Amino acid sequence: MPANRSPISFSTLLVYVALGVAAFAFLLPLAWMVSTSLKPLNETMSVPTRWIPSTIRWENYPEAIAEMRYFWRYAANSLWICLLSVIGTVTSSALAAYGFSRIEWRGRDKVFLVLLATMMIPFPVVMVPIYGFFKELGWIGTFKPLWVPAFFASAFNVFLLRQFFLGLPRDISEAARMDGCSEFGIFVRIILPLCKPALLVVALFQFLYSWNDFLGPLIYLTDQRDFTLALGLQSFQSQSGGTAWHHLMAASTLVLLPVIVLFFFTQKSFIQGIATSGSKQ
Amino acid sequence: MNPSERRNLRNGLLFISPWVIGFLTFCVYPVIKSFYLSLCDYSILSPAVFTGWQNYVELAGDEVFWTAVSNTLFFAVFAIPLGLLLSLALAVLLNANVRGRGVFRTIFFLPSLVPMVCLAVLWQWMLNGDVGLVNEALRVPLNAINSLLGSELRPPNWLSDARYAKWGLIFTMLWGVGNSVVIFLAGLQDVPVHLYESAEMDGANFPQKLWHITLPTISPVIHFNLIMGLIGSFQVFAVPYVMTGGGEGPGRSMLFLATYLYQNAFEFWNMGYACAIGFVMFVIILTLTLLANKLSERHVFYAGK
Repeated sequence: MPANRSPISFSTLLVYVALGVAAFAFLLPLAWMVSTSLKPLNETMSVPTRWIPSTIRWENYPEAIAEMRYFWRYAANSLWICLLSVIGTVTSSALAAYGFSRIEWRGRDKVFLVLLATMMIPFPVVMVPIYGFFKELGWIGTFKPLWVPAFFASAFNVFLLRQFFLGLPRDISEAARMDGCSEFGIFVRIILPLCKPALLVVALFQFLYSWNDFLGPLIYLTDQRDFTLALGLQSFQSQSGGTAWHHLMAASTLVLLPVIVLFFFTQKSFIQGIATSGSKQ
Repeated sequence: MNPSERRNLRNGLLFISPWVIGFLTFCVYPVIKSFYLSLCDYSILSPAVFTGWQNYVELAGDEVFWTAVSNTLFFAVFAIPLGLLLSLALAVLLNANVRGRGVFRTIFFLPSLVPMVCLAVLWQWMLNGDVGLVNEALRVPLNAINSLLGSELRPPNWLSDARYAKWGLIFTMLWGVGNSVVIFLAGLQDVPVHLYESAEMDGANFPQKLWHITLPTISPVIHFNLIMGLIGSFQVFAVPYVMTGGGEGPGRSMLFLATYLYQNAFEFWNMGYACAIGFVMFVIILTLTLLANKLSERHVFYAGK
Protein backbone atom coordinates (compact mmCIF):
# COMPACT_ATOMS: atom_id res chain seq x y z
CA MET A 1 0.00 0.00 0.00
CA PRO A 2 1.44 3.41 -0.91
CA ALA A 3 2.40 5.53 2.08
CA ASN A 4 0.66 8.70 0.98
CA ARG A 5 -2.66 7.73 -0.43
CA SER A 6 -4.29 10.15 -2.78
CA PRO A 7 -7.70 11.33 -1.60
CA ILE A 8 -10.43 8.95 -2.73
CA SER A 9 -11.88 10.09 -6.02
CA PHE A 10 -15.59 10.60 -6.53
CA SER A 11 -15.93 7.55 -8.79
CA THR A 12 -14.18 5.28 -6.27
CA LEU A 13 -16.53 6.54 -3.60
CA LEU A 14 -19.45 5.69 -5.87
CA VAL A 15 -18.13 2.15 -6.33
CA TYR A 16 -17.87 1.69 -2.57
CA VAL A 17 -21.38 2.99 -2.00
CA ALA A 18 -22.80 0.67 -4.66
CA LEU A 19 -20.90 -2.32 -3.29
CA GLY A 20 -21.99 -1.47 0.25
CA VAL A 21 -25.66 -1.20 -0.67
CA ALA A 22 -25.52 -4.46 -2.64
CA ALA A 23 -23.69 -6.30 0.15
CA PHE A 24 -26.26 -5.05 2.66
CA ALA A 25 -29.11 -6.30 0.47
CA PHE A 26 -27.46 -9.68 -0.02
CA LEU A 27 -26.83 -10.20 3.68
CA LEU A 28 -30.21 -8.98 4.92
CA PRO A 29 -32.24 -12.14 4.18
CA LEU A 30 -29.70 -14.32 6.00
CA ALA A 31 -29.68 -11.96 8.96
CA TRP A 32 -33.46 -12.00 9.01
CA MET A 33 -33.54 -15.77 8.92
CA VAL A 34 -31.29 -16.02 11.96
CA SER A 35 -33.13 -13.21 13.75
CA THR A 36 -36.52 -14.87 13.18
CA SER A 37 -35.14 -18.21 14.35
CA LEU A 38 -34.40 -16.69 17.78
CA LYS A 39 -37.71 -14.91 18.38
CA PRO A 40 -40.74 -15.87 20.39
CA LEU A 41 -43.60 -16.66 17.98
CA ASN A 42 -45.59 -13.47 18.60
CA GLU A 43 -42.59 -11.27 17.81
CA THR A 44 -42.16 -12.84 14.36
CA MET A 45 -45.38 -11.07 13.43
CA SER A 46 -44.51 -7.62 14.71
CA VAL A 47 -44.51 -4.68 12.32
CA PRO A 48 -42.12 -2.90 12.10
CA THR A 49 -39.65 -5.75 12.35
CA ARG A 50 -37.99 -6.27 15.69
CA TRP A 51 -34.46 -7.25 14.70
CA ILE A 52 -33.28 -8.10 18.20
CA PRO A 53 -35.87 -10.24 20.01
CA SER A 54 -36.89 -9.16 23.51
CA THR A 55 -35.61 -12.50 24.76
CA ILE A 56 -33.33 -14.64 22.66
CA ARG A 57 -35.08 -17.98 22.38
CA TRP A 58 -32.44 -20.60 21.77
CA GLU A 59 -35.14 -23.14 22.63
CA ASN A 60 -36.53 -22.65 19.12
CA TYR A 61 -33.77 -24.89 17.84
CA PRO A 62 -34.40 -27.97 19.99
CA GLU A 63 -38.15 -27.39 19.52
CA ALA A 64 -37.80 -27.33 15.73
CA ILE A 65 -35.69 -30.49 15.85
CA ALA A 66 -38.31 -32.20 17.98
CA GLU A 67 -41.12 -31.10 15.70
CA MET A 68 -39.34 -32.46 12.64
CA ARG A 69 -39.36 -35.82 14.49
CA TYR A 70 -36.59 -37.53 12.53
CA PHE A 71 -34.20 -34.59 12.26
CA TRP A 72 -31.09 -36.56 13.26
CA ARG A 73 -32.02 -39.43 10.98
CA TYR A 74 -32.49 -36.98 8.11
CA ALA A 75 -29.06 -35.55 8.87
CA ALA A 76 -27.48 -39.01 8.96
CA ASN A 77 -29.21 -39.98 5.71
CA SER A 78 -28.01 -36.81 3.99
CA LEU A 79 -24.45 -37.31 5.21
CA TRP A 80 -24.39 -40.95 4.13
CA ILE A 81 -25.71 -40.17 0.64
CA CYS A 82 -23.28 -37.26 0.31
CA LEU A 83 -20.34 -39.41 1.40
CA LEU A 84 -21.06 -42.22 -1.05
CA SER A 85 -21.74 -39.80 -3.90
CA VAL A 86 -18.53 -37.90 -3.24
CA ILE A 87 -16.45 -41.10 -3.25
CA GLY A 88 -18.19 -42.27 -6.41
CA THR A 89 -17.92 -39.11 -8.43
CA VAL A 90 -14.35 -38.27 -7.46
CA THR A 91 -13.00 -41.70 -8.48
CA SER A 92 -15.06 -42.20 -11.63
CA SER A 93 -14.79 -38.62 -12.88
CA ALA A 94 -11.02 -38.55 -12.30
CA LEU A 95 -10.62 -41.79 -14.28
CA ALA A 96 -12.70 -40.47 -17.17
CA ALA A 97 -11.03 -37.06 -17.11
CA TYR A 98 -7.66 -38.78 -17.32
CA GLY A 99 -8.80 -40.76 -20.35
CA PHE A 100 -9.98 -37.53 -21.97
CA SER A 101 -6.82 -35.55 -21.33
CA ARG A 102 -3.62 -37.51 -20.67
CA ILE A 103 -3.90 -40.25 -23.28
CA GLU A 104 -4.03 -39.55 -26.99
CA TRP A 105 -6.43 -41.83 -28.79
CA ARG A 106 -8.27 -41.60 -32.02
CA GLY A 107 -11.70 -39.97 -31.77
CA ARG A 108 -11.07 -38.73 -28.23
CA ASP A 109 -12.05 -35.14 -28.79
CA LYS A 110 -15.18 -36.11 -30.68
CA VAL A 111 -16.30 -38.32 -27.80
CA PHE A 112 -15.56 -35.43 -25.44
CA LEU A 113 -17.92 -33.22 -27.44
CA VAL A 114 -20.60 -35.86 -26.87
CA LEU A 115 -19.90 -35.63 -23.14
CA LEU A 116 -20.28 -31.85 -23.22
CA ALA A 117 -23.54 -32.19 -25.13
CA THR A 118 -25.01 -34.43 -22.43
CA MET A 119 -24.87 -31.52 -20.00
CA MET A 120 -27.73 -29.98 -21.94
CA ILE A 121 -30.14 -32.84 -21.30
CA PRO A 122 -32.43 -31.74 -18.48
CA PHE A 123 -33.04 -34.32 -15.76
CA PRO A 124 -36.86 -34.05 -16.04
CA VAL A 125 -36.60 -35.36 -19.62
CA VAL A 126 -34.99 -38.65 -18.57
CA MET A 127 -36.62 -38.83 -15.14
CA VAL A 128 -39.44 -41.23 -16.02
CA PRO A 129 -37.37 -43.98 -17.72
CA ILE A 130 -34.70 -43.77 -15.02
CA TYR A 131 -37.40 -44.07 -12.37
CA GLY A 132 -38.79 -47.11 -14.20
CA PHE A 133 -35.31 -48.61 -14.42
CA PHE A 134 -34.72 -48.24 -10.67
CA LYS A 135 -38.18 -49.59 -9.99
CA GLU A 136 -37.36 -52.75 -11.94
CA LEU A 137 -34.21 -53.12 -9.88
CA GLY A 138 -36.31 -52.78 -6.73
CA TRP A 139 -34.40 -49.67 -5.66
CA ILE A 140 -37.34 -47.31 -5.08
CA GLY A 141 -37.49 -46.49 -1.39
CA THR A 142 -33.74 -47.07 -0.96
CA PHE A 143 -30.80 -44.65 -1.12
CA LYS A 144 -29.26 -46.43 -4.11
CA PRO A 145 -30.80 -44.25 -6.87
CA LEU A 146 -29.30 -41.25 -5.09
CA TRP A 147 -25.68 -42.41 -4.98
CA VAL A 148 -25.07 -45.27 -7.42
CA PRO A 149 -25.22 -42.98 -10.50
CA ALA A 150 -22.38 -40.93 -9.00
CA PHE A 151 -20.08 -43.89 -9.61
CA PHE A 152 -20.50 -43.41 -13.35
CA ALA A 153 -18.88 -39.97 -13.64
CA SER A 154 -20.79 -36.74 -14.11
CA ALA A 155 -20.11 -34.74 -17.26
CA PHE A 156 -19.58 -31.49 -15.38
CA ASN A 157 -16.99 -32.98 -13.03
CA VAL A 158 -15.15 -34.70 -15.89
CA PHE A 159 -15.05 -31.35 -17.67
CA LEU A 160 -13.63 -29.58 -14.60
CA LEU A 161 -10.97 -32.21 -13.86
CA ARG A 162 -9.95 -32.40 -17.49
CA GLN A 163 -9.19 -28.67 -17.41
CA PHE A 164 -6.80 -29.27 -14.51
CA PHE A 165 -5.23 -32.39 -16.01
CA LEU A 166 -4.54 -30.60 -19.30
CA GLY A 167 -2.65 -27.95 -17.36
CA LEU A 168 0.01 -30.42 -16.22
CA PRO A 169 3.08 -30.68 -18.45
CA ARG A 170 3.21 -33.64 -20.81
CA ASP A 171 6.80 -34.51 -19.95
CA ILE A 172 5.96 -35.92 -16.53
CA SER A 173 3.83 -38.64 -18.10
CA GLU A 174 6.41 -39.32 -20.81
CA ALA A 175 9.21 -39.70 -18.28
CA ALA A 176 7.16 -42.17 -16.24
CA ARG A 177 6.27 -44.13 -19.39
CA MET A 178 9.97 -44.37 -20.25
CA ASP A 179 10.54 -45.87 -16.82
CA GLY A 180 7.96 -48.53 -17.63
CA CYS A 181 5.20 -47.19 -15.44
CA SER A 182 1.73 -48.38 -16.47
CA GLU A 183 -0.95 -45.90 -17.46
CA PHE A 184 -2.88 -46.62 -14.27
CA GLY A 185 0.34 -46.19 -12.27
CA ILE A 186 0.88 -42.76 -13.78
CA PHE A 187 -2.71 -41.85 -12.95
CA VAL A 188 -2.55 -42.93 -9.32
CA ARG A 189 1.03 -42.09 -8.41
CA ILE A 190 1.74 -38.96 -10.42
CA ILE A 191 -1.35 -37.18 -11.69
CA LEU A 192 -3.73 -37.61 -8.75
CA PRO A 193 -1.27 -36.34 -6.10
CA LEU A 194 -0.63 -33.27 -8.24
CA CYS A 195 -4.35 -32.57 -8.57
CA LYS A 196 -5.52 -32.77 -4.97
CA PRO A 197 -6.96 -29.23 -5.04
CA ALA A 198 -9.00 -30.07 -8.13
CA LEU A 199 -10.25 -33.28 -6.57
CA LEU A 200 -11.28 -31.30 -3.50
CA VAL A 201 -13.26 -28.93 -5.72
CA VAL A 202 -15.13 -31.82 -7.32
CA ALA A 203 -15.78 -33.38 -3.91
CA LEU A 204 -17.17 -30.07 -2.64
CA PHE A 205 -19.43 -29.57 -5.65
CA GLN A 206 -20.79 -33.09 -5.36
CA PHE A 207 -21.36 -32.70 -1.61
CA LEU A 208 -23.30 -29.50 -2.22
CA TYR A 209 -25.27 -31.10 -5.03
CA SER A 210 -26.29 -34.11 -2.97
CA TRP A 211 -26.99 -32.03 0.14
CA ASN A 212 -29.23 -29.66 -1.85
CA ASP A 213 -30.89 -32.17 -4.14
CA PHE A 214 -34.65 -32.08 -3.76
CA LEU A 215 -36.21 -33.70 -6.82
CA GLY A 216 -34.20 -36.93 -6.49
CA PRO A 217 -35.17 -37.67 -2.87
CA LEU A 218 -38.73 -36.51 -3.61
CA ILE A 219 -39.30 -39.19 -6.23
CA TYR A 220 -37.11 -42.03 -4.92
CA LEU A 221 -37.66 -41.98 -1.16
CA THR A 222 -40.92 -43.31 0.18
CA ASP A 223 -40.51 -43.79 3.95
CA GLN A 224 -40.39 -40.58 5.98
CA ARG A 225 -37.55 -41.96 8.09
CA ASP A 226 -35.40 -42.27 4.95
CA PHE A 227 -35.80 -38.62 3.98
CA THR A 228 -32.81 -36.34 3.52
CA LEU A 229 -32.62 -33.02 5.35
CA ALA A 230 -33.76 -31.10 2.27
CA LEU A 231 -36.82 -33.29 1.84
CA GLY A 232 -37.44 -33.39 5.59
CA LEU A 233 -37.42 -29.59 5.73
CA GLN A 234 -39.94 -29.43 2.90
CA SER A 235 -42.23 -31.92 4.58
CA PHE A 236 -41.94 -29.96 7.85
CA GLN A 237 -42.82 -26.77 5.98
CA SER A 238 -45.88 -28.29 4.32
CA GLN A 239 -47.07 -29.67 7.68
CA SER A 240 -46.65 -26.51 9.70
CA GLY A 241 -48.29 -24.59 6.83
CA GLY A 242 -46.65 -21.21 7.29
CA THR A 243 -47.46 -20.46 10.90
CA ALA A 244 -44.52 -21.41 13.11
CA TRP A 245 -42.03 -19.22 11.28
CA HIS A 246 -39.60 -19.17 14.18
CA HIS A 247 -39.31 -22.96 14.02
CA LEU A 248 -39.15 -23.03 10.22
CA MET A 249 -36.34 -20.50 10.23
CA ALA A 250 -34.49 -22.42 12.94
CA ALA A 251 -34.78 -25.61 10.89
CA SER A 252 -33.65 -23.79 7.73
CA THR A 253 -30.67 -22.37 9.56
CA LEU A 254 -29.70 -25.85 10.70
CA VAL A 255 -29.91 -27.24 7.15
CA LEU A 256 -27.85 -24.36 5.81
CA LEU A 257 -25.24 -24.31 8.59
CA PRO A 258 -23.09 -27.30 7.50
CA VAL A 259 -22.82 -25.82 4.00
CA ILE A 260 -21.69 -22.45 5.34
CA VAL A 261 -19.15 -24.03 7.70
CA LEU A 262 -17.77 -26.17 4.88
CA PHE A 263 -17.56 -23.12 2.66
CA PHE A 264 -15.57 -21.09 5.15
CA PHE A 265 -12.99 -23.84 5.53
CA THR A 266 -12.58 -24.38 1.79
CA GLN A 267 -13.38 -20.97 0.39
CA LYS A 268 -10.37 -20.74 -1.88
CA SER A 269 -10.99 -24.06 -3.63
CA PHE A 270 -14.66 -23.26 -4.00
CA ILE A 271 -14.14 -19.91 -5.69
CA GLN A 272 -11.31 -21.31 -7.79
CA GLY A 273 -13.47 -24.20 -8.96
CA ILE A 274 -16.41 -22.02 -9.93
CA ALA A 275 -14.16 -19.57 -11.74
CA THR A 276 -12.67 -22.51 -13.70
CA SER A 277 -16.09 -23.86 -14.67
CA GLY A 278 -16.69 -20.75 -16.78
CA SER A 279 -13.38 -20.80 -18.61
CA LYS A 280 -13.11 -22.41 -21.99
CA GLN A 281 -9.66 -23.52 -22.91
CA MET B 1 -2.75 -48.29 -36.28
CA ASN B 2 0.62 -49.10 -34.84
CA PRO B 3 0.92 -50.99 -31.50
CA SER B 4 1.36 -47.87 -29.39
CA GLU B 5 -1.69 -46.25 -30.95
CA ARG B 6 -3.66 -49.38 -30.32
CA ARG B 7 -2.49 -49.50 -26.71
CA ASN B 8 -3.47 -45.86 -26.22
CA LEU B 9 -6.91 -46.48 -27.67
CA ARG B 10 -7.44 -49.43 -25.36
CA ASN B 11 -6.20 -47.51 -22.31
CA GLY B 12 -8.21 -44.43 -23.18
CA LEU B 13 -11.42 -46.41 -23.51
CA LEU B 14 -10.69 -48.26 -20.27
CA PHE B 15 -10.26 -45.00 -18.38
CA ILE B 16 -13.44 -43.45 -19.72
CA SER B 17 -15.42 -46.70 -19.32
CA PRO B 18 -17.21 -45.58 -16.11
CA TRP B 19 -18.51 -42.58 -17.97
CA VAL B 20 -19.41 -44.66 -21.05
CA ILE B 21 -21.49 -47.05 -18.94
CA GLY B 22 -23.18 -44.12 -17.20
CA PHE B 23 -23.74 -42.36 -20.51
CA LEU B 24 -25.46 -45.41 -21.97
CA THR B 25 -27.51 -46.20 -18.84
CA PHE B 26 -28.51 -42.75 -17.66
CA CYS B 27 -28.51 -40.85 -20.94
CA VAL B 28 -28.83 -42.76 -24.22
CA TYR B 29 -31.21 -45.44 -22.97
CA PRO B 30 -33.53 -43.04 -21.04
CA VAL B 31 -33.67 -40.51 -23.87
CA ILE B 32 -34.70 -43.19 -26.38
CA LYS B 33 -37.06 -44.83 -23.89
CA SER B 34 -38.53 -41.48 -22.96
CA PHE B 35 -39.24 -40.69 -26.59
CA TYR B 36 -40.86 -44.10 -27.05
CA LEU B 37 -42.94 -43.66 -23.87
CA SER B 38 -44.04 -40.22 -25.06
CA LEU B 39 -45.80 -42.13 -27.86
CA CYS B 40 -47.50 -44.46 -25.36
CA ASP B 41 -50.21 -44.60 -22.79
CA TYR B 42 -48.17 -45.62 -19.76
CA SER B 43 -48.90 -45.58 -16.04
CA ILE B 44 -45.95 -47.70 -14.79
CA LEU B 45 -48.42 -50.09 -13.14
CA SER B 46 -49.44 -51.65 -16.45
CA PRO B 47 -47.35 -52.13 -19.61
CA ALA B 48 -47.08 -49.23 -22.06
CA VAL B 49 -49.57 -49.18 -24.92
CA PHE B 50 -48.41 -47.54 -28.14
CA THR B 51 -50.73 -44.72 -29.13
CA GLY B 52 -48.68 -42.81 -31.69
CA TRP B 53 -48.74 -39.02 -31.49
CA GLN B 54 -51.80 -39.07 -29.23
CA ASN B 55 -49.98 -37.48 -26.24
CA TYR B 56 -48.63 -34.64 -28.35
CA VAL B 57 -52.04 -34.02 -29.87
CA GLU B 58 -53.51 -33.87 -26.38
CA LEU B 59 -50.75 -31.51 -25.24
CA ALA B 60 -51.56 -29.12 -28.07
CA GLY B 61 -55.11 -28.83 -26.77
CA ASP B 62 -54.23 -28.88 -23.06
CA GLU B 63 -54.82 -25.46 -21.55
CA VAL B 64 -52.87 -26.29 -18.40
CA PHE B 65 -49.87 -27.25 -20.49
CA TRP B 66 -49.94 -23.90 -22.29
CA THR B 67 -50.16 -22.13 -18.96
CA ALA B 68 -47.03 -24.01 -17.91
CA VAL B 69 -45.28 -23.07 -21.16
CA SER B 70 -46.15 -19.40 -20.85
CA ASN B 71 -45.17 -19.29 -17.15
CA THR B 72 -41.84 -20.90 -17.96
CA LEU B 73 -41.18 -18.50 -20.82
CA PHE B 74 -42.14 -15.53 -18.65
CA PHE B 75 -39.75 -16.67 -15.95
CA ALA B 76 -36.91 -17.28 -18.41
CA VAL B 77 -37.41 -14.04 -20.31
CA PHE B 78 -37.04 -11.97 -17.14
CA ALA B 79 -34.86 -14.09 -14.87
CA ILE B 80 -32.07 -14.77 -17.38
CA PRO B 81 -31.33 -11.20 -18.55
CA LEU B 82 -31.85 -9.72 -15.08
CA GLY B 83 -29.54 -12.35 -13.62
CA LEU B 84 -26.87 -11.65 -16.23
CA LEU B 85 -27.13 -7.88 -15.75
CA LEU B 86 -27.03 -8.05 -11.96
CA SER B 87 -24.12 -10.48 -11.80
CA LEU B 88 -22.16 -8.60 -14.45
CA ALA B 89 -22.74 -5.29 -12.66
CA LEU B 90 -21.59 -6.74 -9.34
CA ALA B 91 -18.53 -8.31 -10.98
CA VAL B 92 -17.59 -5.03 -12.66
CA LEU B 93 -17.87 -3.24 -9.31
CA LEU B 94 -15.71 -5.91 -7.67
CA ASN B 95 -13.19 -5.65 -10.46
CA ALA B 96 -12.65 -1.95 -9.73
CA ASN B 97 -9.58 -1.61 -7.60
CA VAL B 98 -11.36 -1.82 -4.25
CA ARG B 99 -10.21 -2.88 -0.84
CA GLY B 100 -12.01 -5.79 0.76
CA ARG B 101 -12.81 -7.36 -2.60
CA GLY B 102 -12.57 -10.83 -1.06
CA VAL B 103 -15.12 -9.96 1.62
CA PHE B 104 -17.58 -8.50 -0.87
CA ARG B 105 -17.16 -11.48 -3.18
CA THR B 106 -17.89 -13.85 -0.30
CA ILE B 107 -21.01 -11.87 0.63
CA PHE B 108 -22.35 -12.02 -2.94
CA PHE B 109 -21.49 -15.68 -3.22
CA LEU B 110 -22.99 -16.90 0.08
CA PRO B 111 -26.67 -16.90 -0.97
CA SER B 112 -25.91 -19.17 -3.93
CA LEU B 113 -24.89 -21.82 -1.40
CA VAL B 114 -28.32 -21.84 0.24
CA PRO B 115 -30.06 -25.16 -0.53
CA MET B 116 -33.15 -24.80 -2.75
CA VAL B 117 -35.58 -25.84 -0.04
CA CYS B 118 -34.13 -23.35 2.48
CA LEU B 119 -34.15 -20.70 -0.24
CA ALA B 120 -37.83 -21.34 -0.91
CA VAL B 121 -38.81 -21.36 2.78
CA LEU B 122 -36.78 -18.25 3.55
CA TRP B 123 -38.22 -16.25 0.64
CA GLN B 124 -41.73 -17.41 1.35
CA TRP B 125 -41.16 -15.62 4.64
CA MET B 126 -39.39 -12.64 3.06
CA LEU B 127 -42.30 -12.15 0.64
CA ASN B 128 -45.01 -12.55 3.26
CA GLY B 129 -47.60 -9.89 2.48
CA ASP B 130 -48.15 -8.58 6.02
CA VAL B 131 -44.91 -8.99 7.91
CA GLY B 132 -42.37 -9.86 5.19
CA LEU B 133 -39.18 -7.87 5.01
CA VAL B 134 -39.60 -7.07 1.30
CA ASN B 135 -42.91 -5.32 1.91
CA GLU B 136 -41.62 -3.58 4.99
CA ALA B 137 -38.89 -2.08 2.83
CA LEU B 138 -41.38 -1.23 0.06
CA ARG B 139 -43.75 0.52 2.45
CA VAL B 140 -41.25 3.32 3.05
CA PRO B 141 -41.24 4.72 -0.51
CA LEU B 142 -44.89 3.80 -1.08
CA ASN B 143 -46.01 5.69 2.01
CA ALA B 144 -44.01 8.69 0.91
CA ILE B 145 -45.71 8.62 -2.49
CA ASN B 146 -49.09 8.09 -0.86
CA SER B 147 -48.77 11.09 1.43
CA LEU B 148 -47.51 13.18 -1.48
CA LEU B 149 -50.19 12.25 -4.00
CA GLY B 150 -52.94 11.12 -1.68
CA SER B 151 -52.89 7.74 -3.44
CA GLU B 152 -53.39 4.38 -1.73
CA LEU B 153 -50.56 2.27 -3.08
CA ARG B 154 -49.88 -0.83 -1.06
CA PRO B 155 -47.21 -3.50 -1.54
CA PRO B 156 -48.57 -6.73 -3.08
CA ASN B 157 -49.22 -10.00 -1.36
CA TRP B 158 -46.55 -11.57 -3.52
CA LEU B 159 -47.00 -15.31 -3.44
CA SER B 160 -50.77 -15.36 -3.04
CA ASP B 161 -51.39 -12.96 -5.90
CA ALA B 162 -51.29 -14.50 -9.38
CA ARG B 163 -50.03 -11.23 -10.85
CA TYR B 164 -46.97 -11.04 -8.62
CA ALA B 165 -46.07 -14.62 -7.67
CA LYS B 166 -43.62 -15.12 -10.55
CA TRP B 167 -41.92 -11.82 -9.72
CA GLY B 168 -41.45 -13.08 -6.19
CA LEU B 169 -39.77 -16.15 -7.64
CA ILE B 170 -37.57 -14.04 -9.91
CA PHE B 171 -36.36 -11.94 -6.96
CA THR B 172 -35.66 -15.13 -5.04
CA MET B 173 -33.55 -16.48 -7.87
CA LEU B 174 -31.73 -13.16 -8.34
CA TRP B 175 -30.50 -13.42 -4.78
CA GLY B 176 -28.60 -16.56 -5.82
CA VAL B 177 -26.58 -15.06 -8.69
CA GLY B 178 -23.31 -15.43 -6.77
CA ASN B 179 -22.13 -18.24 -8.98
CA SER B 180 -22.16 -16.12 -12.10
CA VAL B 181 -20.63 -13.19 -10.21
CA VAL B 182 -17.60 -15.35 -9.46
CA ILE B 183 -17.40 -16.61 -13.05
CA PHE B 184 -17.73 -13.07 -14.45
CA LEU B 185 -15.11 -11.73 -12.06
CA ALA B 186 -12.64 -14.42 -13.14
CA GLY B 187 -13.33 -13.44 -16.77
CA LEU B 188 -12.85 -9.74 -16.02
CA GLN B 189 -9.53 -10.38 -14.35
CA ASP B 190 -8.28 -12.05 -17.51
CA VAL B 191 -8.84 -8.92 -19.60
CA PRO B 192 -5.32 -7.73 -20.56
CA VAL B 193 -4.43 -4.53 -18.67
CA HIS B 194 -2.59 -3.06 -21.65
CA LEU B 195 -5.88 -2.79 -23.54
CA TYR B 196 -7.24 -0.45 -20.87
CA GLU B 197 -4.00 1.48 -20.70
CA SER B 198 -3.90 2.22 -24.38
CA ALA B 199 -7.59 3.15 -24.35
CA GLU B 200 -6.96 5.55 -21.48
CA MET B 201 -4.15 7.17 -23.43
CA ASP B 202 -6.68 7.77 -26.18
CA GLY B 203 -8.93 9.43 -23.59
CA ALA B 204 -11.60 6.70 -23.34
CA ASN B 205 -14.03 7.06 -20.44
CA PHE B 206 -15.54 4.29 -18.33
CA PRO B 207 -18.60 3.46 -20.50
CA GLN B 208 -16.44 3.46 -23.62
CA LYS B 209 -13.94 1.08 -22.05
CA LEU B 210 -16.77 -1.15 -20.85
CA TRP B 211 -18.43 -1.27 -24.25
CA HIS B 212 -15.37 -1.54 -26.49
CA ILE B 213 -12.95 -3.55 -24.37
CA THR B 214 -14.55 -5.33 -21.41
CA LEU B 215 -17.70 -6.72 -22.99
CA PRO B 216 -16.09 -8.02 -26.22
CA THR B 217 -13.25 -9.64 -24.26
CA ILE B 218 -15.50 -11.40 -21.78
CA SER B 219 -18.14 -12.33 -24.37
CA PRO B 220 -17.29 -16.07 -24.08
CA VAL B 221 -18.07 -15.86 -20.36
CA ILE B 222 -21.36 -14.05 -21.05
CA HIS B 223 -22.19 -16.80 -23.52
CA PHE B 224 -21.39 -19.49 -20.94
CA ASN B 225 -23.54 -17.87 -18.25
CA LEU B 226 -26.37 -17.38 -20.75
CA ILE B 227 -26.41 -21.07 -21.70
CA MET B 228 -26.29 -22.12 -18.05
CA GLY B 229 -29.14 -19.71 -17.32
CA LEU B 230 -31.19 -21.13 -20.20
CA ILE B 231 -30.74 -24.73 -19.11
CA GLY B 232 -31.50 -23.90 -15.48
CA SER B 233 -34.50 -21.65 -16.07
CA PHE B 234 -36.38 -24.05 -18.31
CA GLN B 235 -36.28 -26.79 -15.70
CA VAL B 236 -37.03 -24.61 -12.67
CA PHE B 237 -38.89 -26.80 -10.18
CA ALA B 238 -37.77 -27.08 -6.56
CA VAL B 239 -38.11 -23.45 -5.47
CA PRO B 240 -41.60 -22.74 -6.89
CA TYR B 241 -42.77 -26.20 -5.80
CA VAL B 242 -41.71 -25.67 -2.20
CA MET B 243 -42.78 -22.01 -2.15
CA THR B 244 -46.31 -22.96 -3.11
CA GLY B 245 -46.43 -25.77 -0.56
CA GLY B 246 -46.11 -28.50 -3.18
CA GLY B 247 -48.59 -26.94 -5.56
CA GLU B 248 -48.95 -24.63 -8.47
CA GLY B 249 -49.64 -21.25 -6.87
CA PRO B 250 -52.70 -19.00 -7.13
CA GLY B 251 -54.43 -19.41 -10.49
CA ARG B 252 -51.65 -21.81 -11.60
CA SER B 253 -49.31 -18.81 -11.76
CA MET B 254 -46.43 -20.91 -10.42
CA LEU B 255 -47.00 -23.96 -12.59
CA PHE B 256 -43.89 -24.49 -14.71
CA LEU B 257 -43.05 -27.11 -17.31
CA ALA B 258 -41.09 -29.21 -14.83
CA THR B 259 -43.91 -28.91 -12.26
CA TYR B 260 -46.50 -30.11 -14.75
CA LEU B 261 -44.19 -32.92 -15.82
CA TYR B 262 -43.73 -33.97 -12.19
CA GLN B 263 -47.47 -33.83 -11.51
CA ASN B 264 -48.27 -35.98 -14.52
CA ALA B 265 -45.58 -38.52 -13.73
CA PHE B 266 -45.91 -38.88 -9.97
CA GLU B 267 -49.30 -37.50 -8.99
CA PHE B 268 -51.52 -38.57 -11.92
CA TRP B 269 -49.24 -41.52 -12.91
CA ASN B 270 -49.67 -40.41 -16.49
CA MET B 271 -46.09 -41.19 -17.41
CA GLY B 272 -46.33 -41.24 -21.20
CA TYR B 273 -47.83 -37.76 -21.10
CA ALA B 274 -45.04 -36.65 -18.73
CA CYS B 275 -42.44 -37.89 -21.22
CA ALA B 276 -44.09 -35.90 -23.98
CA ILE B 277 -43.84 -32.76 -21.82
CA GLY B 278 -40.19 -33.63 -21.21
CA PHE B 279 -39.53 -33.77 -24.93
CA VAL B 280 -41.15 -30.44 -25.54
CA MET B 281 -38.93 -29.00 -22.80
CA PHE B 282 -35.89 -30.63 -24.37
CA VAL B 283 -36.67 -29.25 -27.82
CA ILE B 284 -37.16 -25.74 -26.43
CA ILE B 285 -33.83 -25.83 -24.58
CA LEU B 286 -32.03 -27.31 -27.58
CA THR B 287 -33.45 -24.75 -30.00
CA LEU B 288 -32.60 -21.80 -27.78
CA THR B 289 -29.09 -23.11 -27.09
CA LEU B 290 -28.41 -23.57 -30.79
CA LEU B 291 -29.81 -20.10 -31.39
CA ALA B 292 -27.49 -18.68 -28.73
CA ASN B 293 -24.57 -20.49 -30.35
CA LYS B 294 -25.48 -19.07 -33.74
CA LEU B 295 -25.61 -15.58 -32.26
CA SER B 296 -22.30 -16.12 -30.53
CA GLU B 297 -20.60 -17.00 -33.81
CA ARG B 298 -21.23 -13.44 -34.81
CA HIS B 299 -20.74 -11.64 -31.52
CA VAL B 300 -18.50 -13.70 -29.29
CA PHE B 301 -14.81 -13.03 -29.55
CA TYR B 302 -12.45 -15.89 -28.76
CA ALA B 303 -8.87 -14.80 -28.23
CA GLY B 304 -6.45 -16.55 -30.57
CA LYS B 305 -9.03 -17.37 -33.21
